[in-house]
Amino acid sequence: MPPDTLRERITDYANRADPYPLYAELHENGVTRQNDGSYLVGTYHEIAALLHDPRISSDSRHRTDPETVPRIRREGQSMAFIGLDDPEHDRLRRITMRPFGPPHTPHRIDALRADITRICDELLDGLRDKDRIDIVEEFAYPLPVTVICRLLGVPQADVPRIHAWANDIIASLDVTPGRIGEHQLNAGVEAREAMAEYLGDLSDRRRTAPSDDMLSALVHDSGPDGPLTRSELMANATLLLIAGHETTVNLITNGTLTFLRHPDAYRQLRDEPELMPRAVEELLRYEPPVHLLPQRTPVTDVEVCDVTIPQGAPLILVLAAGNRDPLRFDHPDRFDPAREDNQHLGFGSGIHSCFGAPLARVETQIALNALLPHLEHFQLAEDPPPYRRSPILRGPRHLPITRTSGT
Amino acid sequence: MSGEPWDGRIVIVGASLAGLRAAETLRDEGFTGPLTLVGEEPEPPYDRPPLSKQVLLGKARAEEIGLPRRRKVDARWKLGVRADGIDPVEKRVLLADGELLPFDRLLIATGTRARPWPNPAEARLDGVLTLRTSEDAARLVERLDAGPRRVLVIGAGFTGSEIASACRERGLEVTVVERGPAPLVGALGGALGAFAATVQRAHGVDLRCGVTVTSLTGRDGRFTGAEFSDGSRMDADVAVVALGAVRNTEWLAGSGLAAGPRGLACDAGCRAFTMYGIVTDDVFVAGDVARFPHPLFEYQMLALEHWGNAVAQAEVAARNMVTTGPRRRPHLTVPVFWSSQFGLNIKSVGVPTFSDQVVIAQGSLRERRLVAVYGYRGRITAAVTVNQAKWLEHYQFLIETAAPFPPTTGAANGIAPAAPVPSDVPDPQLLSHGPTVALTGHLPDRRLTLVPPGPVPSAIPRP
Repeated sequence: MPPDTLRERITDYANRADPYPLYAELHENGVTRQNDGSYLVGTYHEIAALLHDPRISSDSRHRTDPETVPRIRREGQSMAFIGLDDPEHDRLRRITMRPFGPPHTPHRIDALRADITRICDELLDGLRDKDRIDIVEEFAYPLPVTVICRLLGVPQADVPRIHAWANDIIASLDVTPGRIGEHQLNAGVEAREAMAEYLGDLSDRRRTAPSDDMLSALVHDSGPDGPLTRSELMANATLLLIAGHETTVNLITNGTLTFLRHPDAYRQLRDEPELMPRAVEELLRYEPPVHLLPQRTPVTDVEVCDVTIPQGAPLILVLAAGNRDPLRFDHPDRFDPAREDNQHLGFGSGIHSCFGAPLARVETQIALNALLPHLEHFQLAEDPPPYRRSPILRGPRHLPITRTSGT
Repeated sequence: MSGEPWDGRIVIVGASLAGLRAAETLRDEGFTGPLTLVGEEPEPPYDRPPLSKQVLLGKARAEEIGLPRRRKVDARWKLGVRADGIDPVEKRVLLADGELLPFDRLLIATGTRARPWPNPAEARLDGVLTLRTSEDAARLVERLDAGPRRVLVIGAGFTGSEIASACRERGLEVTVVERGPAPLVGALGGALGAFAATVQRAHGVDLRCGVTVTSLTGRDGRFTGAEFSDGSRMDADVAVVALGAVRNTEWLAGSGLAAGPRGLACDAGCRAFTMYGIVTDDVFVAGDVARFPHPLFEYQMLALEHWGNAVAQAEVAARNMVTTGPRRRPHLTVPVFWSSQFGLNIKSVGVPTFSDQVVIAQGSLRERRLVAVYGYRGRITAAVTVNQAKWLEHYQFLIETAAPFPPTTGAANGIAPAAPVPSDVPDPQLLSHGPTVALTGHLPDRRLTLVPPGPVPSAIPRP
């Protein structure tokens, strides 16, 4: 098939369950110009170089054709750091990191371990007598949502509203804007605004009645860069809430699916849970939660693999393809939970490398270690399972498993 | 040949970072023979970078910084014993306790030691310290805990600057004396040196550049102050001599190896040269004591005092010790080091002293967040980041591919780079206390003037 239709084919929902043959085509073709004028890169070393290249912007305002960017907010609203370049990106990310991780808050994630373990145990207790379980609805989704809400300070009672908004936002994030309707786009923008307003109001309440959560820390922070403005706080807290929602669910679900497809690895990890940290890294390589980064733009002509990507063109980095690049990983299509030298692109790399990675790692390690013993007498009800629409945040919409007969 | 690993007796002299990682790699490579590690310090291998940072700030104790082990090495550890020489003919290492350790292959990883204050009587004054070992760090912490009225730091290289930073963070008065024009100038050149001076002064350091200490004064054996070359003097309770490192090669004087003040020369596969420039096949070198040719820097011999180099070179040396022929690998990694001081995270890739120009490619000195890129005759040879470490990999790629200098503009951060300026690095031919990366020329041993006709000299009298 012609390489200039790869983007169409990757976006095609029919290929959602197994995009990997398309990624192999990307490996063969180097940098490929698509018939819509965008450029796809799916080889490891080129992606890694572009992720570190200061000539590559994450700010969609550098696009020559603004119509190639999904509309996510109205004019005049603050932007989250994921869509900005240094030094603005650096400033916002730095301030947001202060109450989240080292050096200023080295224990925030570690302190969540007991909570995460307890939430896992409660969820699994509820599944004990069931013969059919949807891993997504009953485990992989509620866990990270509960954790990110607790971390930020969203009360449990408000979680269903957050859930509804997050669904609308994700539905509007299609890699090809033409493919989704105006209605869906507007629903996404409105949901993002509603979520931001909600978080703005919540942070106002934390200003007068602080708690031990991250929003309280953000509004009361007095670092050298000063606090975030209310508008900045709304945009960036929204980012954290969505990212905390929609990525770890894929990682846990993909992990469950992968272990059920690989019985040897399943038995090994069930019996030796101390091997889980490395296995999670392999999951991040083998079935990453984020398959591609659609928002990059060169600010000047950039040559990659003898192809000149023109200034302002849409540049799409297919992280999941880089993770399967045979020039970087031996037997890239093999799931090897003990893989060494596994510097995958599951969390990206460079200045935009995943902000929440430490939390995602801890959550997934604890979740899979808690879940594996419960899967002993279960099998996949459908293989492949039904997938969500998004080719970006790729993962099963449901993962039904059933108890095997004879137990 | 078969896939069987090489078999024989291996001795590693030097039981710090490079020695430990080499031992682990030997076992990873399948070496099952007898392995002995000799270390002069009594402690098991520990991590040195925290000694001038977390340990001085009381965030970690000097005894608590043991290096994490990658695996069991099943070795005989001779700790607290120094090696006094090598008999290259009988292939034995002579230890200070009289033991003769026979080897089939030897790894030399004896590293460096702190350069002592040149006047021995003054160096013995109570309160005059150096900082290289965990014992040194424990002593210095004790002095800092006692609340000295002023600390004098002699030398503003990385170690001296980090000590000064820790002192200021603890609220102690500190004077730094640097004979060069600015702190860090030996490693980073004039532009970033001037920046470092501004930062130090902004943090309350009494920084005196272009000045040397002419004498340390004492009363009743206790250090009380110092006199400077500009005629001034000052009182202080503690002096830390931070004049760089001396390579531990004296014990190799009679070994016939190409060892001298610049280190022990080896080839790209970590095999030591003899003083005749002939490569050995049973003596290997790794870590701070090694000088090795690097293709990115015109095959000049590089001497690196870097944590990362010690690890990478030890891994290559160990692998090459137990393999032969085309399975051997070269040590080609691009030098990388870091420092944290005065709230700044400084990282370097490449060799900043191998440069004629420098440009601030991203950020600015004013923001204290920047990427400085160094060029030599039109190609990029190094980059230094200040609080911008995530950009380092990009510049490493540019260095590895000999990309043109100055780097392309149009950086996503929107700030047009300034024009390149001279990098003002000191003459690399001079042995300076400043750089932790030293270009040391092309010759295995520049002291070589005479070819003796007799047998290979030996440190050990044979019976």
